[in-house]
Order: sequence, then C-alpha cells, then structure tokens
Amino acid sequence: MPTKIEKDQLSGTDTTGHEWDGIKELNTPLPSWWLYTFYACIAFAIVYSVLYPAWPWFNGHTSGLIGYSTRAELTQELDAQAKARAVFIDRIRATPLGDIRKDPELFNFAVAGGRSAFQTTCMQCHGSGGAGSVGFPNLVDDDWIWGGTLDQIYTTIRYGVRNANDKSHQSQMPRFGADQILTPAQVSAVADYVLSLSDKGKATPEGKKVFEENCVACHGPDGKGNQELGAPNLTDGIWLYGGDRQSIYNSIFYAHAGSMPAWGDRLDDATIKMLAIYVHNLGGGR
Amino acid sequence: MASLDKKLKERSSSTNMSLSDSPLYADRTKVYPRAVTGRWRRVKWTALVVLLGIYYLVPWLRWDRGPGAPSQAILLDLDGRRGWIFDVVIWPQEVYFVTGFLILGAIGLFLATSLFGRVWCGFSCPQTVWTDLFMMVERLIEGDRNERMRRDKQPMSFDKAVRKGAKHFIWLAIAAATGGAWVFYYVDAPSTLVKIFRGQASMEIYFFIGLLTATTYMLAGWAREQVCTYMCPWPRFQAAMLDEQSLIVTYEKWRGEPRGKHKAGESWDGHGDCVDCGLCSAVCPTGIDIRDGQQLECIGCGLCIDACVPTMQKVGRPTGLIRWDTLARQQVRETGKGSLKWRIVRPRTVLYATLLALVAAAMLVVFAMRNDSDLSVQRDRSPNFVRLTNGDIRNSYTVKISNKTQMPRQFQLSVERLPGASLAIANAEGDSTTAARHMATEANGVTTFRVLLTVPAKSAPSGSTPVEFVIRDDQGRERASHDAVFVGPAR
Repeated sequence: MPTKIEKDQLSGTDTTGHEWDGIKELNTPLPSWWLYTFYACIAFAIVYSVLYPAWPWFNGHTSGLIGYSTRAELTQELDAQAKARAVFIDRIRATPLGDIRKDPELFNFAVAGGRSAFQTTCMQCHGSGGAGSVGFPNLVDDDWIWGGTLDQIYTTIRYGVRNANDKSHQSQMPRFGADQILTPAQVSAVADYVLSLSDKGKATPEGKKVFEENCVACHGPDGKGNQELGAPNLTDGIWLYGGDRQSIYNSIFYAHAGSMPAWGDRLDDATIKMLAIYVHNLGGGR
Repeated sequence: MASLDKKLKERSSSTNMSLSDSPLYADRTKVYPRAVTGRWRRVKWTALVVLLGIYYLVPWLRWDRGPGAPSQAILLDLDGRRGWIFDVVIWPQEVYFVTGFLILGAIGLFLATSLFGRVWCGFSCPQTVWTDLFMMVERLIEGDRNERMRRDKQPMSFDKAVRKGAKHFIWLAIAAATGGAWVFYYVDAPSTLVKIFRGQASMEIYFFIGLLTATTYMLAGWAREQVCTYMCPWPRFQAAMLDEQSLIVTYEKWRGEPRGKHKAGESWDGHGDCVDCGLCSAVCPTGIDIRDGQQLECIGCGLCIDACVPTMQKVGRPTGLIRWDTLARQQVRETGKGSLKWRIVRPRTVLYATLLALVAAAMLVVFAMRNDSDLSVQRDRSPNFVRLTNGDIRNSYTVKISNKTQMPRQFQLSVERLPGASLAIANAEGDSTTAARHMATEANGVTTFRVLLTVPAKSAPSGSTPVEFVIRDDQGRERASHDAVFVGPAR
C-alpha cells in the first residue's frame, strides 16, 4: 500500500512510499546517466524498428521504411564486383587468346580468373592443383593427350571429350580382350611390349608383332601416341589409368574412354579463355 | 571546494553514517587558471606554436617523387600500404621501424624525465598543448579567472550565452581542424580538403575527423587536468624514473614558512618569505597548491614559478621561492651549508642514454642495410612434384619479387644447393629458361612469377631437400634470397 513519502531519519533518504508489514523501502534510484542511456536505447530501438525490418508480420515481417535488406546489399555488392570485373572480362573476350599474355595486367587477371573458375568447375576431377588422378589427366606435367598448346587446351575445354557436342574430341579404343579381337595371351604379350617401351620389363617378339598389327594405327609405330586421335604416348612413363602391368593389361583388354563435358555449352567464352590460360600456365603448356 | 569540504565534514562527523553512505567519488572542482606572464609562460607559448605548427602544417609539405608516386612529403598511405617519408618508402613488412621509433620515444621520455622531471607533461604533451590553446580562447572570450568565476555563478543571461556559445564554437572549430589535420597524414591533403568540403570524401574520413573532433573538444575543453590525474598512466609510473636528482618544480618551504600576510616596512623576523598571495595556486592549470609539496597532479609546467617572481620582487625578497630544483639540492640549501651541484651523470641517466644510443644505432644499421628488393618463394603443394615425359622431376613455385625503388628493374633468379637444376618461368615469352635471367619487375610493387624448377631423373633427390632461391639485380649490386625445398619421389 502506498503511504506518504517520508524522510528516513537514519540515512536521510526519502522512502518510496511503499510499506509492507511496517517495512518501508528507501528510494535509491538508478544513476541518472544509466537511466538516460536506457531511455536513449529504447528510443533508438523504436526508431530502428520503424526504419529497418524488425517485426514478424502475417506475410513475413515488416520491411522498414528505408527498405533495407542484407540480401539486397549482397546483390549490390555482387553487382559492383561484376561491374568492376566486366571491364577486364570484356577485354579478354575481345582479345585473341594468344595476345592476352602480351598485356601483363590482363594476363594476371586471366590467371586469377582461371584459377577461380578451375576451383569451381574443374577441380572435382583434375584436383585443386591440376594434378589429376587415375582416369583424369594431370594438367601440370608436359604430357598432353589432346595437345598442350594454348589453342589446343582452349579447344579441349570448350568442346570437351567424347560427349554429345558435335565438335568434341572423339575417338574410341577397341576392347581388344573383351570383344575377343585378341586372345588373353596376346593381350598379355602386348602389355609386356608396352611396358618395355618405357624401359620396364622385357618384350617378346609376339608382343611386338601384336602391337604392330593392332596398335600402331593410333599410338604410332614408336608408341609415342597421336594427339589428333587422343592416343596417349606410351613411352613416357606417365599413365592415365595406372602403369603397373595389371592396369595396362586391363586397359588393353577392356579399353577406356574417358569423357569431359563441353564447357563452352555452360560457361562464358571469356571464362573458357581464362581457364585455358590458367591451365597452360600451370607449367606443362607448350 | 569549500562546499565540498563542508559536505564531507558533515558526513564524517555524523556518527550514524555507515561507510557505504559516504560518496565513492569526490566531485570535480572546476579549475579557473589565472593568466600569468613570465619566462616559463613564454617557453610554453613557444612550444605551443612550434608543436601545433608542425602538427597542422606537415601534411601540406610537398615532395617531388616523379610521376606515379604521391607528392606529399609525409604520407601514411594505408590503402596503398606504403609509408612515404620524404625519400624513404616504408613497406608493411618494415613496420618494425615504427616499433623502433616507439622504443626510442619511450626511452627518450625516461631520460628526459630522470633529468628534467615532467617536462613532457608540462610542455609538449598534446593534452597540455591543446588545453593551453583552449584556455587561451576561453580567456579571450570570457575574461580572466575572477571574471569567469563570477559569470559562472550568475544566472544565464544574453551576455553569458553569447560568450559561452562563441567559446564552444571556436573550440569545436579548433577540434575539427585537429581532426582534419589528422586524416591529412593518411591521404593527399589538398585534394582531400576540397573533397571534404564538397561532401565527396569517404565515410572513413568523415568518421575520423568526427572522432578526433570529439576527443579534442572533450579532452581539451571539458576533461582537462582530469586526463592527467585520472586517465593517463604516465604520471602513475613516472615516479620510477624520478629520483632526488631530477629537476622538478619545488617550493622552498624552509624559507617560505611560516607564511602569512606581510605589510611593507614590517620586520621579517619570524615570518617566512611567502606572503600567501595565492597566485601560485590561482595560475595552476591542475588547481593544486605547489606549497603542499610534491603531488601526483603537478604536471611540472612551471607557471607557479612565473607567478611567484613579481610577488617576491614587490616585497623585496629573493625570487625563486618556487623554482626548478632537485630535492637533493633543496635539502642542502635548507641546511644553509653552501650548495650542491646538479648531478646530471647518474647511473640512471647513463643507463637511459646508453639504451637510447644502442637502439638508435641498431635502427641506423638496420636502415642502412635495408634492401631495395625482397624475395618470397612459395612452393606449390598440389601436386607436390610432377614427372615429365622424359622422366625429369619438376616442382613449381610462386616467386614474388618486391621492387621498392621508383623505377622498373630486372632481376636474375638462380637456385643454389641443387645440382643439375634448371629454372624456367611459366608462360614467359620466348625461351623460358633465358627469362629467369631477366625477370622484369614493376616499380614500387610486387611482381609475381610462376617458376618451374626441373631436375633430371637421375639427380633428382629422394624426398624433400632444402634449396635456396637467390635474386640479383641486373647491376649485380643487390642480392636477396629465400629458403625453400625441392621434393622428389621417395626412393
């Protein structure tokens, strides 16, 4: 029950006027600086909740008078980034692939842009540094299946390998064992011969004969391959599907036909150019 | 002051009071320093003009560095990550020079304090200098001590409102100029000044001008001596640098006391030289009485010395009742047995001076040996190494060459401790091996190269082996190196 406010004799402080069973409460208010800061915070909160998205509403939330949203802000930032990049992207699109290197600024942009695109679209198969893995070629070494010049790399990225695109690289190695073109013994012999091309193991005349009859058309008489046909070099000790005897036997018996998407169908031409420059710059480019 | 004393007395005399009812903090007693003239006041004015002159004008010094480089003599370009100090360009990785200067500043402060007491506090601390400037403005508009005290007690009037308003306006203007001068050390001053007034400068610039304006206005206009007494850590630990041989503001208690009013013609027998005119306290910017002895609040500005001189001359006693002196000398003078020489050379001062000289010498040596180029080498780890068609093993590296000069330069890259290795630059025009001998770098920047290091299969090391990359500039004068490793297949 509120009673009258009186001065406490002991402390000299006013009471609040509240009394419970004879116990009275002294009025010791919060420090005024604290109170005013608190009021200022309330005022700020009210103004903020009017200006900015704040309250849950039937169809979502109140959007605030100034129409701010983090999503719009992000879009703005992305647009600004895209706009800043567009200058370079346009120049890359307009510059012939081979001439980009002549402009260091443009070249650096292309390498950085290529790296970024590589991490998005290529690293899933070729690895983050381009080291590849079994079935997916290493892009850092100097061994190229479809050619390692800038233009050849560009073409491979743009049209891909063994896909539905008309211009994609096409070739097919016969399934020598599975389709009974060669007997298992012949496959075994030619596997030994192929190994001997990179100074591993000893070849039999039988293996050499089978190779000359079946393989030279694509891999060449000396086994150095043919980039026109995507026939790998068999003499260099670099193996796409494994270099041990069993792996080579399997490759001849069943054959492999790796595929790569035609990135030109999905990516902008400037991105393809940047990717080609990046891959070429990894170290193996011719 | 008087009312506070009364309040405190009342409270402590009340036996019913518990400890928790006494105030935790004493209210600030506003200080109304009186104008004073004299030798130390002149020194303070000179220090003020020189120091503020340096602060406000240095960003406007121009320095021709040729095209493509800023023309501001001193510019700490945070965006471009360069410190331009006349012909010296400091890169971010050389920020230890700043550390060196801070150490020099700290030891210099120790040395000055052990010799001359709080000379920094009294004459050159920004808090002192700006407070002095603000007090001068206050005095010009509101009058001297007595007039200001009188007006503050009066109710608000047109005259009071105009004077107070004008004072705060000028204070804010000075504060804004202070904040403005601050940002000019970080951006090009002339063009930014125009942008600031046109509203085209960046948010950061307006923010920092606002921040420095607010702090200058608050600290020099309102907080004043409270900064020195309560906020600043320096007065708290400088006692460690002071000893009885340090020069400080002293009151010659032995001849001043017993103080009291003195009529002309009266005898001085039984009467100290101090006539208790109160001027020494009235002029004190921190509101203390120097006659109470050494105090934490004293900033050693010497204004009380100036205040005492005319009084002593008027009553015909020797001047210097309040003077710069050391405690040791005062003790000897008190006994009347001659005088003591001021000992400048003491273990403490020798130590500080030696440290100062050592740090300065170390910085000079480091600066003299400073290279205009730098090399950084990062090895690609994906893949760790690659086998080429002919069996050679290759590692690739990202090599960054910093060219700190203002002209493009060529460097020759070589690798040591790896026999049979050949270097090549990826994507170089023409022969990539020759390119490693002519690595062109841009002026005042970092140029990045992708470097391929190839070792024949036979001499390829097994596992990881340390190598050293070295660059030499095309005149063969400069050399920089960086350690790296070469990784081959484990055998």
